[in-house]
Amino acid sequence: MTGKLRALALAAGVLAIVGGCGEGEQPEQGSSGAPDTTATVGQPALSGRISVAGSTTVQPLAELLSEAFSAEYPDVEITVQGGGSSVGVKSAGEGTVEIGMASREIKNSEFEEFPGIVVHTIARDGIAIVSHPDAGVDRLTTEQVRNIFNGEITDWSEVGGSAGPVITVAREEGSGTRAAFEELVMDGTLITGGAVLQPSNGAVRTTVSTTPMSIGFLSFGYLDETVRSIAVDGVLPNEETAASGEYPVVRPLNMITLGQPEGISKAWLDFIMSPDGQAIVSSEGYIAVN
Amino acid sequence: MRTRFIVDKSVGYFLMLMALTSILAVFLIGFFTLREGLPAISEIGLGRLLTGSVWRPGLEEFGLVPMIAGSVLVTIGAAILGVPLAIGCAVFLAEIAPRWMSNIVRPAVELLAGIPSVVYGLFGMVVLVPLARKVPVAGNSGFGLLAASAVLAVMILPTITNISEYAIRLVPREYREGSLALGTTRWQTITRVILPSARSGIVAAIILGIGRALGETIAMIMVIGNSVIIPRPLNANPLTIFLSQARTLTGNIAVEINYATGIHESALFATGVILFVLIMLINSSARAIMRERTR
Repeated sequence: MTGKLRALALAAGVLAIVGGCGEGEQPEQGSSGAPDTTATVGQPALSGRISVAGSTTVQPLAELLSEAFSAEYPDVEITVQGGGSSVGVKSAGEGTVEIGMASREIKNSEFEEFPGIVVHTIARDGIAIVSHPDAGVDRLTTEQVRNIFNGEITDWSEVGGSAGPVITVAREEGSGTRAAFEELVMDGTLITGGAVLQPSNGAVRTTVSTTPMSIGFLSFGYLDETVRSIAVDGVLPNEETAASGEYPVVRPLNMITLGQPEGISKAWLDFIMSPDGQAIVSSEGYIAVN
Repeated sequence: MRTRFIVDKSVGYFLMLMALTSILAVFLIGFFTLREGLPAISEIGLGRLLTGSVWRPGLEEFGLVPMIAGSVLVTIGAAILGVPLAIGCAVFLAEIAPRWMSNIVRPAVELLAGIPSVVYGLFGMVVLVPLARKVPVAGNSGFGLLAASAVLAVMILPTITNISEYAIRLVPREYREGSLALGTTRWQTITRVILPSARSGIVAAIILGIGRALGETIAMIMVIGNSVIIPRPLNANPLTIFLSQARTLTGNIAVEINYATGIHESALFATGVILFVLIMLINSSARAIMRERTR
């Protein structure tokens, strides 16, 4: 009996700890020999390895862009890791990776901490406001969206919808999408503590599509017919309105280097900004910048 | 003769080494969690971590009260729903079920322990959350303590059932026979003789189940809503507290660690230290109760 219990107790303890701490150690990949190339852009002799880390919003796009680049330069290896926008800025600033990724503007505090960083905006991404169709609302002003998310508006009837309490769905603290939403919409006010928090764009979409009377926000790349897109200040969220600047909630997707990029980093960033690279950006639902 | 002796000895040492490895693993995990959490504990202060009611890492506010309340409430909910079920199941298996039937029920209960917790979460998200949303209370999103407690109740069922059944089977046959010989019914024998005799084993089973509940992570994230609030009733009825969203200590770590840097990251490790201590207290109290029994 005691033996069995002891084993169980041990297992329970270990499980709890693994459950608690097993997730996402930040990548501390050493700079993996980038300077070993002397090749300049366009020369097929380009070879070597660079690592890229940061925003999980930019990550899938960066992976596609690295595959397309490697098809042209088979001797180049680009490893792409997640970690989040803050990690992206920090790793690039400290030089632990060649390129960092961030799905938001770089904060002043970050420029102060890492004065040497150079920001390259490779694409833009809109954040759409989405609701469950039951809410009966298809347009809101930026101010209404802000007041819904900071908890001042609590019933859909206050904004012309069906009567019933609003259920707000948001991303967790630290998410680039949340940070961009706060910066572009919340105007210094805080997202209400009563919001249901989900840890990814996909989970927010599932929650909003299955929860009547709910409202949330999503990266454009995740929009589909299961949720209703809300027109903000009369403008529907799509690539055209975002590209033309009419749609108000748009954020940059950034690549960050320490100093001006050289070698593979420069060649890859040039490729991303080329028509081929930007075609990949648009085909993934993001807004090309060139 | 000599080689046999050497083989025997070395196998003994080898097995001891394996046992030491598992102890080492616990020790190392504890050590590193503590080391990573120490900056937050010294900078923020253990008192403020444990008593602060606001958690806003962006504004450098690190109070764990909402998460502690969430973990405690969801565990209480799971115990209310799961313990009677599990003990009923254990009594049935040990005392009432014919052999062929317990041969079906027992593996089924044990299978529950083998289902990955993300599958429980998925089930909770698509079945239990919409069910919980049917409770007609304003502001009820379905995500919250009720759905999470229901998921946890099923998850801790195998732990409590297995150990309780074992404890019930350890009650000497003479007790049963003596009781029945006095003319009691089966039900009277179970409630007055068997359950009291197996009490400490059952209590230990419940405590271990609670330890399991406290440690559960991914299934909780999927159904509990993860809002950083101290749960409170949605209307005048105090029971509606279980319709409130919440966040558990484990969920707090898992949701935020991907983005956390600096003191925020350290505060999450400190959350891990607090969980570690809680689980250690719970498991050792279960062991203490078991020891008392065997004495």
